[in-house]
Amino acid sequence: MAEEPIKDREKADSEVPIDFSKFVEVRKIKEKYPEAIVDLKYFRDELTIVLKKEYLLNVCFLLRDDPETKYNFLTEVIGVHYPNREKPFEVVYHLYSVEYARRVRLKVMLGEDEEVESVYPVWPSANWYERECFDMFGIRFTNHPDLRRILLPEDWEGYPLRKDYPLEGPPGYREKWLKEHLSLYNKL
Amino acid sequence: MAKKIESKVIDVLKRGTPFGRLEEGDVFNENLKIEDVWINMGPQHPSTHGVLRLVLALQGERIVDMEVVIGYLHRGTEKLAEFRTYHQFIPLTDRLDYLASPAMNFGYVLAVEKLAGIEVPIRAEYIRVLMAELARISSHLLWLATHALDIGAMTVFLYCFREREMILDLFEMATGGRLITTYYRIGGVANDLPDYFLDRCEEFCEIFPKRVEDYDALLYSNRIWLSRTVNIAKISAEKGLALGLSGPSIRGSGVNWDLRRSNPYSVYDKLDFEVAVFDGCDVYARYLVRRKEMLESCKIVKQCIEWLKKNPGGEVQAKVPKVFKPPVGEVYQAVEAPKGELGFYIVSDGSQRPYRLKIRAPSFANLMSLPEMCKGHLVADVVAAIGSIDVVLGEVDR
Amino acid sequence: MDVLMSDILTALIRIIVVFALALLTVAYLTYLERKVIGHMQVRMGPMRVGPHGLLQPIADGLKLFFKEDIVPTEGYRLTFYFAPILCLVCALILFAVIPFDAKFMISRLNIGLLYILSIASVGVMGIILAGWSSGSKYSLLGGLRSAAQIFSYEIFLGFSLMGPLMIAGSLDLVKIVEAQSVPFIVYQPVAFVIYLIAALGEINRVPFDLPEAESELVAGFHTEYSGMKFAYFFLAEYANMIIVSAIATIVFLAGWKGPILPGWMWFLIKMFIFIYFFIWVRATFPRYRYDQFMRIGWKIMLPLVLANIFVTGVVILFIGGY
Repeated sequence: MAEEPIKDREKADSEVPIDFSKFVEVRKIKEKYPEAIVDLKYFRDELTIVLKKEYLLNVCFLLRDDPETKYNFLTEVIGVHYPNREKPFEVVYHLYSVEYARRVRLKVMLGEDEEVESVYPVWPSANWYERECFDMFGIRFTNHPDLRRILLPEDWEGYPLRKDYPLEGPPGYREKWLKEHLSLYNKL
Repeated sequence: MAKKIESKVIDVLKRGTPFGRLEEGDVFNENLKIEDVWINMGPQHPSTHGVLRLVLALQGERIVDMEVVIGYLHRGTEKLAEFRTYHQFIPLTDRLDYLASPAMNFGYVLAVEKLAGIEVPIRAEYIRVLMAELARISSHLLWLATHALDIGAMTVFLYCFREREMILDLFEMATGGRLITTYYRIGGVANDLPDYFLDRCEEFCEIFPKRVEDYDALLYSNRIWLSRTVNIAKISAEKGLALGLSGPSIRGSGVNWDLRRSNPYSVYDKLDFEVAVFDGCDVYARYLVRRKEMLESCKIVKQCIEWLKKNPGGEVQAKVPKVFKPPVGEVYQAVEAPKGELGFYIVSDGSQRPYRLKIRAPSFANLMSLPEMCKGHLVADVVAAIGSIDVVLGEVDR
Repeated sequence: MDVLMSDILTALIRIIVVFALALLTVAYLTYLERKVIGHMQVRMGPMRVGPHGLLQPIADGLKLFFKEDIVPTEGYRLTFYFAPILCLVCALILFAVIPFDAKFMISRLNIGLLYILSIASVGVMGIILAGWSSGSKYSLLGGLRSAAQIFSYEIFLGFSLMGPLMIAGSLDLVKIVEAQSVPFIVYQPVAFVIYLIAALGEINRVPFDLPEAESELVAGFHTEYSGMKFAYFFLAEYANMIIVSAIATIVFLAGWKGPILPGWMWFLIKMFIFIYFFIWVRATFPRYRYDQFMRIGWKIMLPLVLANIFVTGVVILFIGGY
């Protein structure tokens, strides 16, 4: 029983060209927004659709509302930082359809100063996911209702999950922060 | 006389009241204005289950507005992951939801195995499921204990701890750790179960359903319990899904969605269990879901024991190199953790360390629907609502 | 002159005996509660200090006595000190009229029951003042809750005692007991049940411990209190528990009356049955919500208790007393 998916996986790995039109998501997007898709990937039974960022919101609405896809659950919004690329930021959206038990991954590439449209109007849960993404990477989402830091303190400097941020924080920052915030203790 | 009283009142207001203080330059108006009282609930509060902080705007005791403030337990787990090898990260996953650490390990090792295409020995799969389900029972027991305590039922708390203790003993027997077990490894589990473990586990499965009856005697049809939970903190299925609610909390709103059934992983497709779904949408329905889930988990544990007894011996660990380098790529693996959908998104660049690791923590997403649930309710219901979505702050803040 | 002196002396001795015993009982009531609840909850309760933890209340008292006395900067100092004292004094002076036996009481007051009801309602003022003067919002909410609680539960407490009172025809506690050849619980079961519920509300115990609901309001009105001031509240709560049980004993269970054993022993036995009941309830039930608690009071208990009074009146009118 456990062997069959493994074979599938190996097939997927072995560069066999995949007919992406068998995926209903791809078909639907191509039908409505023919130039939205930049790239398609299939790895370990998971479909990744790389989108042009202008189309993101429209595609999300399409995938949520279409009766054949019904992606009614936004699992998460993830930032990834590739400092060496031309467009260093990647925003990854994982969608899940409760009815069809299917997953799909949407991706948008962003330049250093580029913003991406917030998917808050599609799934309100994007609120916190995008706030976390902003908190950790400094990726800005336009039209987000409340874009503030969420896990770190309001006055934190820098975006810790970027690759150029050292693990222990910038040198001297911790001492400085403690000094500012524990001034009461220092007085005692 | 009236002037005298007024000046006295102004004096008192200037000295400060619990509502605030009359500052210089403020005009004391005869037409009293109604203002919301802002109350800070947490981060140190007996029933915010850790360091959750809620800022409540109250009119009397009724909640007008609410903000959830998190991050007090942020440890930068995702950043740490980028500086550790795949093996080294396993202990850190324990510290996410520290009340059900095997379930957390499970999600992570499954994700890595999916990334690297590792096949796990079938015995290890059963052991994993067994431990994960025990963890689910233990987590739900602690949830029931604290939830009931929040609503004032003190005895349930200690009853639940009695049974949780038995599970922790089982964990200790198999793994050496009680709370933080770190039992799972990439490609299997750390070691096979000790000989007497299955017997003790079977004993527990015999006792446990009877003990659930004990809790039922105190809560299930208790009038006070009903009046505190029925129709409290309602959230509809659509709204819950839109706000990212998952796991038992959304099953309490009538959504039949359990990842163990809908996207089966490991050996869940060979096990017989029912998905607990109730459509009350309220605190009571979520209580019923978790109550039934405990019993169903107990059933799964029994089946695992049966299988493990029938098939003794065999490998519990696939051959995974010490210097472990998965192929380039990205995977997302979700499991049904006790709190909801736990997902690990791993981006690999082919090196020993994950390039990026994102944890989709169920409690983090579940917390988003708390303001929606609580609006218009009383302070006492906030406590019930927090309890009913079962947050663990280690997981929320990561 | 000598007669007067000896009167004063006996009164003083009685006061000392009653108060010393009362305070000791109150202290050991905390121990009893912890033990009883402990055993109900499959654990041992206090075990470390002395054999079976018997010295625990004394250790607790010493600890509280030596604790730092903290007054919040935002609090009203005077009221903050005054509130716990008010609470404790009101609880303790109630012991003055309780007849533990046909003879043994500090003072026989011909309006004993009225005295108890009125002093008890003053006592709750202490809680409101504590909530207000702490300068904390949680305390304030606790104080507000208890204000609402007095307004409603005082009424039912009073009304539920009305039925037995009509039968006895007196407010004098001794006369009430003497009137009971059969305990009034037989004639007045409805009043008895309502009295018990109202009493739970009156002494702020589960399921009606809203002013100090620990999971919602941290500790309610005594959030900011520590040391001896906290101990006063604590003692007052348990003293109130004894008083409420004593009244139930006197009014519904015929006080000290009983065969074989001496009167005071019967009294204590009956009283401790009620105390045990209150402890038992605490181990069993969750807490009601503030508005639900009010609804039960006004919509269920008030009509019931009024009907009870009406029926009692009609029966007395037609039968002409029992």
